Amino acid sequence: MTLTMGKPLRVAMGEAITEAANHNDRIVVLDGDTGSSTRTDIFEAAHQDRFFQLGIAEMNMFGMAAGMATVEGLIPIVSTFSAFVVSRAHDAIRILIAQPKANVKMMAGYAGLLAGSTGKTHLMFDDVPIMRAMAHMTVIAPGDEIETKAAINASLEYDGPVYFRLTRPNTPILFDEDYKFEIGKTVTVREGSDVTVFSSGPHTARVIEAADLLAGEGIDVHLVHVPTIKPLAEDEVVAAANKTGLVVTTEEGTIVGGLGGAIAEILSQHSPTPVKLHGINDIFGESGPDKALLEKYGLTSHHVATAVREHLAANK
Amino acid sequence: MTQTMTSTAAELAEYARQIRVQILKAVYVARAGHIGGPLSAADMLSVLYFGVMDIDPENPTDPDRDRFVLSKGHSSIALYATLALRGYFPVDELKTFDSVDSRLQGHPDQTVTPGVDMSSGSLGLGFAGALGIALGARAAGKDFTTYVMLGDGECNEGVVWEGAHVAARYGLDNIIALIDHNKLQQFGWTGASLDERISPYLGDQLANRWRAFDWKVIEVDGHDVAAILGAVDEAKTIEGMPVAIVAHTVKGKGVSFMENQPGWHSKVPTDQELADALRELGEPEGGAQ
Repeated sequence: MTLTMGKPLRVAMGEAITEAANHNDRIVVLDGDTGSSTRTDIFEAAHQDRFFQLGIAEMNMFGMAAGMATVEGLIPIVSTFSAFVVSRAHDAIRILIAQPKANVKMMAGYAGLLAGSTGKTHLMFDDVPIMRAMAHMTVIAPGDEIETKAAINASLEYDGPVYFRLTRPNTPILFDEDYKFEIGKTVTVREGSDVTVFSSGPHTARVIEAADLLAGEGIDVHLVHVPTIKPLAEDEVVAAANKTGLVVTTEEGTIVGGLGGAIAEILSQHSPTPVKLHGINDIFGESGPDKALLEKYGLTSHHVATAVREHLAANK
Repeated sequence: MTQTMTSTAAELAEYARQIRVQILKAVYVARAGHIGGPLSAADMLSVLYFGVMDIDPENPTDPDRDRFVLSKGHSSIALYATLALRGYFPVDELKTFDSVDSRLQGHPDQTVTPGVDMSSGSLGLGFAGALGIALGARAAGKDFTTYVMLGDGECNEGVVWEGAHVAARYGLDNIIALIDHNKLQQFGWTGASLDERISPYLGDQLANRWRAFDWKVIEVDGHDVAAILGAVDEAKTIEGMPVAIVAHTVKGKGVSFMENQPGWHSKVPTDQELADALRELGEPEGGAQ
């Protein structure tokens, strides 16, 4: 299946919150001086009176978001780079946003491997495990522009904290305009019988390519896209795993405690299944062009296909 | 209906005395908690809750109420004693302080305690939350005032100065910070000998920090209720910039043998110490009941 290249998720986010604010006057946006990168500048241009620049001071920004959320039903949408959301503001998010279940939506841009020549300081591989481990937190990693908009709209109907994992590059379109997103639901992208593959975020596009490659070799992949990493529907994960009896998880993030960890936790307790975790192997990153990074860190469609072949071979 | 209580200076001093008595009793019963910081904050809390804030204990979430955030969250028992005496919950409930299933947790929890407007505990964060409440009020067109109390030790935290910058940048004149400048923190700086602990900020350093961040600074004796009331009244007239009331206080204020003693930062009094302390505070019956 050939995918059409679409917008970066950050642009989809900027457009989605701008449109939502047209009919929701409770939305306010807080920016940590990254709006021209993470694209809250789209919102500022349309709703300057509800856009607050809080400068390069992330812990304060997330604390202030929590305070704003206690006033008149305001819905603060906070944006900066993923590394600064998760690492720099962790304390404020944990105590003032997660513990009281503050209605704050966190837009974490530049997550994962492809963050525009920034290097190991900015490449956030462990955001999913860290945010997933936090009680009361919802973690969403949309796969394309359509899903980003749908997920943001769904999150605005949900009263509680949500972490959005957003990425930088242009992203292939996975879904059509009729796509319905529901927090906590998985999406079966492709029915298959040999091996079940779970993926999330824009990485799913590379997994679709891998499934096409494998189909040419007679390997029939059952592909499940997981936009909501927490909460994760146990019954859907178990049912998808039981379709083939063999599971590979693959993600643009660390294999320690991320999507793979979440799937393995469910299956080990409810339906023990051989699981192979594919992703970034407990290391930090470096700067470089996207294509070179995908090659070096083993996240191309060919690498995904290899992981699937190896798992099948090991479990013959 | 929210409303402001009108109290004379003598009445405010009496409420402060009762707050101190309840602090000591509760820490004694809980066998845990802080004493020095709560005692230094008692007079300011009395003035806010019994003479300044437009609030309604019957409706603690009234959207038009004034807000208070105790950013120096480890002084929680001082806030709980104040809220109980103001009628948010029974004074008797203070006996549950710091116990399992209690609404009165070790640090303030906005999800369980009536009257607690913002959780706090990790120092500096309550200040950020309070600034958010103030900015939110502006965004939503509400005209209530947000009060926030910080410790001087708490002002070591970088996030305080992140927020101080942003508040001044936005000219937030609907927030009033009260800085409990009691000159001692938990362990702090060593003085002439290892037994002596000295202020984290020498001379005017702390007040000057806030001035340098373009806050209007009002210095006051933090144990003179009439002066505190005057400072808050003045603060409310300031337009276009946030106000920090730097209150010079004594850690452990009100009990002679606890004053200026770093050891009473968090320590449980013995039976004799409690009796002596309560006698000094004009409660000759003594005892925790």
